[in-house]
Amino acid sequence: MKKTLFGMLAATSTMLTPIAAMAQTEVQFWHAFTGRLGDLVKEQVADFNASQSEYTVVESHKGNYSETLNAGIAAFRAQEQPHILMVFEVGTATMMAAAGAIKPVHDVMTESGAKFDPDAYIGAVKGYYTSTDGEMLSLPFNSSTPVLWVNRDAMTAAGVDPDTDLSTWQNVGNVLDQLKAGGEDCPLVTAWQSWIHLENLSAYHDVPFATKDNGFAGLDAELALNGETQVAHLSAMGQWAKDGKFIYTGRRNEGGANFRGGECALFTESSAGYAGISSEAEFEFDVRPLPYWEGVGNAPQNTIIGGASLWVMSGHEADEYKGAGEFLSYLSSSDVQAAWHQNTGYLPITVEAGDATRAAGFYDENPGTDIAVIQMTAKEPTANSKGIRLGSFDQIRGIIDEELEAIWAGDKTAQEAMDSAKERGDALLRRFETANR
Amino acid sequence: MEKRVTFRGWLLPFLLIAPQVAISAIFFFYPAGQAIWQSLFIPDPFGLSSQFVGLGNFEFLLGDRYYRAAFGTTAIFSILVTVFSMIPALFLAVTADRLIKGSGVYRTMLIWPYAVAPAIAGVLWLFMFNTRVGVVSWYLGNLGYDWNHVLNGGEAMGLVAVASAWGRISYNFLFFYAALQAVPRSVIEAAAIDGARFWRRFFTIVLPLLSPTTFFLLVVNIVYSFFETFGVIHTITSGGPQQSTTILVYKVFSDGFVGQDLGSSSAQSVILLIVVGLLTIFQFKFIEKRVHY
Repeated sequence: MKKTLFGMLAATSTMLTPIAAMAQTEVQFWHAFTGRLGDLVKEQVADFNASQSEYTVVESHKGNYSETLNAGIAAFRAQEQPHILMVFEVGTATMMAAAGAIKPVHDVMTESGAKFDPDAYIGAVKGYYTSTDGEMLSLPFNSSTPVLWVNRDAMTAAGVDPDTDLSTWQNVGNVLDQLKAGGEDCPLVTAWQSWIHLENLSAYHDVPFATKDNGFAGLDAELALNGETQVAHLSAMGQWAKDGKFIYTGRRNEGGANFRGGECALFTESSAGYAGISSEAEFEFDVRPLPYWEGVGNAPQNTIIGGASLWVMSGHEADEYKGAGEFLSYLSSSDVQAAWHQNTGYLPITVEAGDATRAAGFYDENPGTDIAVIQMTAKEPTANSKGIRLGSFDQIRGIIDEELEAIWAGDKTAQEAMDSAKERGDALLRRFETANR
Repeated sequence: MEKRVTFRGWLLPFLLIAPQVAISAIFFFYPAGQAIWQSLFIPDPFGLSSQFVGLGNFEFLLGDRYYRAAFGTTAIFSILVTVFSMIPALFLAVTADRLIKGSGVYRTMLIWPYAVAPAIAGVLWLFMFNTRVGVVSWYLGNLGYDWNHVLNGGEAMGLVAVASAWGRISYNFLFFYAALQAVPRSVIEAAAIDGARFWRRFFTIVLPLLSPTTFFLLVVNIVYSFFETFGVIHTITSGGPQQSTTILVYKVFSDGFVGQDLGSSSAQSVILLIVVGLLTIFQFKFIEKRVHY
C-alpha cells in the first residue's frame, strides 16, 4: 500500500518536472500586497504564467510599501535586485533620480517588442509616472483617488437628509453642525490626511503644493503648502476637530475601522476603500466626489492619484527584460485591468478598461464606483494637478503628519503649522538635491 | 589571598581572546567604522553616487531643533522605562523571596513576559489602549477619562514607556531575585532580633547589599531603553503624535529607512554612540562610587 502511494507520488512528480525543466526565463516581481489584494496579484501572475510557456513570473511579498521599496534598494546595493519592483507614488522621485538603477518602462517595452501604446493610458494616471519629455518611466499598477464616503444610516439617525448635497466643504460644514446637533459622536473622519487634505486639496483647487510644477520641473522645488487655500482649509478642519466634528484617528487609514464599524457619518478615503467598505459595512453607504471649497481657485479641478507603479530595475539580461515587458503588457491589457478595477476600486489605468467596465454595466449595478474615474478625468490636468514629484517625500509626509497633529490638538494654528512644515520639508528637499546632484 | 593565573608564552592567551576580538571586530568595530565614514557623506539611496560634505551632516542635525528635542524625549523616556521596569521588579522579587510555598510557580510566571518580542508586546498594549476598541480605554471612558494617545503626547509617552518596561520587569526580577537569595540570612536575623521591622531591614540592610545588582541593572536598562525599544515605538506610535515619542534611535530608523537619508542616519548613529559612551563612563565614574561590593 505504502509502495503504491510512493509510486504514485513519484509518477506525479515526474509528470510535473518537464514543465520546470524547459528552462523558462524567470522574472522576479516584488510587491507590497497582502490579503485580498495579494490574492488578486497571485491570480494575475498565475494566469500570465499559464498563458505562455517562455517566462515564469515569480511574485514575492516584501512588506508594506515602505518596506518593499527598502527591500528593493537594499537588494540593488547587494546586486540582487528583482526585475520588477512595486514602488508607491511617494517613492517616485527617489526612483526617477536613480537613473542608474532603473530601466524606463518605455525602453523595456520598445526593446521587448511587446504590445505597448502609451496613449492608451489615462492621462492623469500616466502623467504621474512620465518624464518631462513624455517617456513613461514606470507602469501605473494600482491607482486610486480620494472620495467622500457617506454612512446614510448615520445621517438619517442624526436627522439629516442623506441625499443632502455634499459637493462643497461649505455644505459639509453645515452638515457637520447638524450631525453634531443630532447627537452624532463622529461626524467626520479621514484616512491619509496629508494625501487627501493637502496634496489633493491643492490639486483640486489648482494651487501649487510645491514650486517647480510640484517638483516635476526640477529638484530645486520648494514646498508651497502654506498657501492661503491650504491654510484656510486646515483652519476649518482644526476648528471642526476642536468642536468634536472631525475625529482624528491616526496617520494612516485607521479611520477606516471606525467608518466600516458604522461609528462615523462621513469619511474621506481612497476610492480603493471600496473593497473593504462594501464587504464589511452593515449600513447603507454612498460614494460622493471629494468636496471642494466653492469659489476658491479653479475648484473643482481634478484630484491626483495615490497607489503604486511597477519599476523595472537595471542590471538584468535581455531575455529577462523581454519577459518583464510581456508581463507588463499583459497587466495593462483591457480584461485584466477591467477585472482589477471592479474587484478593488482602483482606477482602470487604460481608457479601454474603463469603457469595458461601463459597457459591462458595472457602474449601473454599483452606483458611485465611477465617481473616482470622473473626478480624475473630467478636466485636463494643470501643472498644479498633474501630480507631485518630491524627493524624500515619505519623510516629508511624516513631517506634515506631525504638524497636522499639532493643529488637531490645538497646539498650533494652521498657518504656524504649515510654515513649520515648509521650513522642515525644504531642508530635506535641499538634502535630496545634494544627494542627487 | 588573591589568586592569579599567569600564562607562559603568548600563544594560548591570544588564542583564547581571539574569538571575542574577532566578534567585536566584525560586529562592532567594522560597522561603527562604516557609520563614521558614511556620516561624512550624503549618498543617494542606491549607492550610485555620494557627495562628500565633511561635518555637514552633523551641522544639519545639530542645527535642527526637532533633532535637539529628541535628546530631551530620549532622556524622559529612558528615565521612565528604567523606573517603571526596576521598581515593580524589585517589589515582585522581594515578595517572591518571602514566599515559602509555590515560589517556583510565581517565578516562572513572572519571567514569561520577557519571552514576548518587543513588537508583539507593542501590539498587545496597543490593543488594550486602542482609542476605539481598547479594553483599558473603554474602562477609562466609563470613568469619565477620555484616553486618546493618538493626539495626546503625554499619554503616548506613558503608553510606550509602560509597554517597553513591561517585558523588562521579568529580566530585572530575575537579577533582583537572585541577588536577594545571596543576602546573608544571619545579618537579617540579627537585625530582626534587635527589633528592626521588615521595611527598616529592607532599607538599611537589603537595599545596600543589592546595590551592585541595582547599578548593573541601571546601566543595562538605560542602554536597553536607548536601543531596544524601537519595536514598541514603531508599532504603537511611530514616533507621534507630533514628535512626542521620537527617541534618538527611532529617528535613526525613520531618517535612514523611511527617508532613505543614509548620511544623516549614519551621523545620528555616531552621535548616539558618543552619547551612550559618555553616559556609561559617567555612570561608572560617579554612581559606581556609591556601590558597595
